[in-house]
Amino acid sequence: MQITMTVNGEEYTREVEPRMLLTHFLRDELGLTGTHWGCDTSNCGTCSVLMDGDPVKSCTVLAATASGHQIRTVEGLEVDGVLDPVQQGFSEMHGLQCGFCTPGMMMTARALLDENPNPTEAEIREAISGQICRCTGYATIVRSIRWAADHPAAATHTEEVAS
Amino acid sequence: MATTEERPIGFGRMRRKEDARFIRGQGRYVDDVNLPGMLHGAILRSPVAHARIVSIDTSAALAHPKVRAVITGKDLEAQNLAWMPTLSYDTQAVLATDKVRFQGQEVAFVVAEDRYSARDALELIDVEYDTLPAVVNARRALDPDAPVIRDDKEDQADNHIFDWESGDRAATDAAFAAADVVVEQDMLYPRSHPAPMETCGAVADFEKVSGKLTLWCTTQAPHAHRTVYALVAGLPEHKIRVISPDIGGGFGNKVPVYPGYVCAVVGSIVTGKPVKWMEDRSENLMSTGFARDYVMRGGIAATRDGRITAIKVDVIADHGAFNATAQPTKYPAGFFNVFTGSYDLEAAHCKVTGVYTNTAPGGVAYACSFRVTEAVYLVERMVDCLADELGIDPAALRLRNLIKPEQFPYACKTGWVYDSGDYETTLRKAMERIGYDELRREQAEKRKHGELMGIGVGFFTEAVGAGPRKHMDILGLGMNDGATLRVHPTGKAQLGISVQTQGQGHETTFAQIVAEELGIPPEDIDVVHGDTDTTPYGLGTYGSRSTPVSGAATALVARKVRDRARIIASAMLEVSADDLEWEKGRWFVKGDPDQGATIQEIAMAAHGSIELPDGVEGGLDAETVYDPPNLTFPFGAYICVVDIDPGTAEVKVRRFVAVDDCGTRINPMIIEGQVHGGLTDGIGMALMELIAFDEDGNCLGGSLMDYLIPTALECPDWETDFTVTPSPHHPIGAKGIGESATVGSPPTIVNAICDALAPYGVRHMDMPCTPARVWEAMRGNAEPPQ
Repeated sequence: MQITMTVNGEEYTREVEPRMLLTHFLRDELGLTGTHWGCDTSNCGTCSVLMDGDPVKSCTVLAATASGHQIRTVEGLEVDGVLDPVQQGFSEMHGLQCGFCTPGMMMTARALLDENPNPTEAEIREAISGQICRCTGYATIVRSIRWAADHPAAATHTEEVAS
Repeated sequence: MATTEERPIGFGRMRRKEDARFIRGQGRYVDDVNLPGMLHGAILRSPVAHARIVSIDTSAALAHPKVRAVITGKDLEAQNLAWMPTLSYDTQAVLATDKVRFQGQEVAFVVAEDRYSARDALELIDVEYDTLPAVVNARRALDPDAPVIRDDKEDQADNHIFDWESGDRAATDAAFAAADVVVEQDMLYPRSHPAPMETCGAVADFEKVSGKLTLWCTTQAPHAHRTVYALVAGLPEHKIRVISPDIGGGFGNKVPVYPGYVCAVVGSIVTGKPVKWMEDRSENLMSTGFARDYVMRGGIAATRDGRITAIKVDVIADHGAFNATAQPTKYPAGFFNVFTGSYDLEAAHCKVTGVYTNTAPGGVAYACSFRVTEAVYLVERMVDCLADELGIDPAALRLRNLIKPEQFPYACKTGWVYDSGDYETTLRKAMERIGYDELRREQAEKRKHGELMGIGVGFFTEAVGAGPRKHMDILGLGMNDGATLRVHPTGKAQLGISVQTQGQGHETTFAQIVAEELGIPPEDIDVVHGDTDTTPYGLGTYGSRSTPVSGAATALVARKVRDRARIIASAMLEVSADDLEWEKGRWFVKGDPDQGATIQEIAMAAHGSIELPDGVEGGLDAETVYDPPNLTFPFGAYICVVDIDPGTAEVKVRRFVAVDDCGTRINPMIIEGQVHGGLTDGIGMALMELIAFDEDGNCLGGSLMDYLIPTALECPDWETDFTVTPSPHHPIGAKGIGESATVGSPPTIVNAICDALAPYGVRHMDMPCTPARVWEAMRGNAEPPQ
């Protein structure tokens, strides 16, 4: 079947099997491998992307379901060479180790801050509670998201993070 | 909060170099590798735990229009590839031929044009099984009527794998006989799973003309894997290139060679195309290296006033259907005999019996430091049981018995020589940090009102950084690691290492080690790893061995460069090398500090036209292989507070203070991150994680809906602190840190839970302390979970 969706601001039309998962569409059809896959059961959240601004687990959304919708992935966080504060926060506060859960965590963080620019620690923990990180123990992820909340217009350290 | 700081040229807090790609979604994991013409593999697995294979019909699968190949054990048998050696000198079926021996075992491999078609074709394979009785409980594996699992092996008439003893049984028995107080306790360290967020997988690309195999693979030990493939498949080793790209967490899960990797290689050889195989989460949980599964009976002996004299333990170790644990050859129970812990004892003895069961193979994984997890759990639970028996505060009992600073190097009763420690200082720091005495007062007050609050104390001594090679090898490969350091003319450098990060931040910390030694800024040092064609040989990252072994190699190779730079500088400055003195980043003339040359200037001169002394070669490059003289022994004191809801039996970890001592600290930010992760593992094991089986051998933890992993809601905001007691034998005084918290936190949490449940008369309960199981324990039914 033919589907059309907007991913990170660009419109894509593709012929896909009706059963194709959104995560596989993004990864295999569009080559956006920043979105990961980790469990098949909606438990781990490494596949989280934003659909019309809300976090969804792309391993349990059909590509066909996403047709006609706006999808945002980790590749869409950096705009014109300027990192999203969430990306900076994760680097500043050591919010990642192996990096596998990181794209999903950052997308959920982006959605949280879009809705609630000044979240409490409890609200941050609640927001990411549908996602698993096996490396960090979450405290630094919470601090990373808090950093982003405290630096909404941050972009000054882009160069350093890029090195 | 302060977040930006001067970048250190050497040790200190600094943001990670590798983050730049990860925060942009540009990490490159195995499943991100896509090659032209690549095919996809999928594995058909056994639905039953023990059965004879009567027949396999692959005709319908082969008829699928998108299927390129279907491979069974019979096909592999013809190539002598149906069985492969494990890292413990056992054999493991790549694809089953005679029997299946655990649920989830590999039976057939399909190669198709896309991943969905490969999965579809699995449904078209018809296997007829003749089901056999299964044994899934290690306590029953040696029963006379237990079914023999490994009847493929000659001389194997039962499910016994090994017996291993350590310590002095007679002296221990004597100490127990003479003791005022003896406490015995059965305990199970249940089966858990490392469950890294990235499952295991590989992309195999065999080029027929050159005969070269390139294998992108989720491996923590790319060089060791290369050698194993050479031995298994008979491919010449120089024609094998193993690439371990970014790895999405390992925790020991990615040390073994799995049948899926071999199948991907065979699939590529058979089809002439690259073949990708990525397991799904259930395959990961049901078939790859699990952790623990130690059935333990411990005993501890002491004087009435609380001096611990001896400790002993008998263990039945469940190794699953194939003995595929990755550990040094001479240590079939890993380093479990470090179970004497952090205490000055008179005697100790342990006996470990390894058995086969109809369960997935494994045992050494999940940040266990070769079974130090089990050892520390045993001793720290036993000390708390003793404290309960004696009516002595558990912190006071530990302070009474800890090895004293002046006793180091300390030879423990099972033969390990601990390198350095100041245990009391560390424990007192933790007690002060958490406000121990105040918490005890709060607890006493709460008990009056029926509130269940527990304080758990744990102290651990880790044993990490294997070799030395004369004692430690895996499949005959000495546990050493190499390092190469190339210094380019402009003073930028490239460090090649044999260990493989799975999130530990090697690209940053190893650059910091070179920076500390040479004064080259970390950002000017590229750390190359994970490619056997471009990095020096070594045994890889597990057992917290990267910093103790490869970190030492890195410091020493940098010192070789520094020594070479001295000779070049003497030629540049026209003085004797003996007249030169080093300060970070430059050689200068003694007594005349203005006369000197920076490492960058020396690098250019080394590649330039300056006349060199006789016998001195140009360039600054150096290489080394490091053979550690001993393990390093990190340690730490952990204290946590739990609250248990008496109405629901739910355990909440309120606070957790971890004071770690890993010797010299290279990057405190990364160390803290490693500790946080390990503490979270402790929450998982103590409260949630369990791979259990039903009587028929069905795995009850085969998805993340059943195998529960901590989220942000179960974890407190970790409170970390540290002491620094450098290792005297490590070039920079560093010890490992990657697994300390995983080792130390589970008993600390269980100690707190049992402390909270003391009003119910609970001295011990086995993990995981789920609400249902805590509820049972409160009613006097604290049974093991399996």
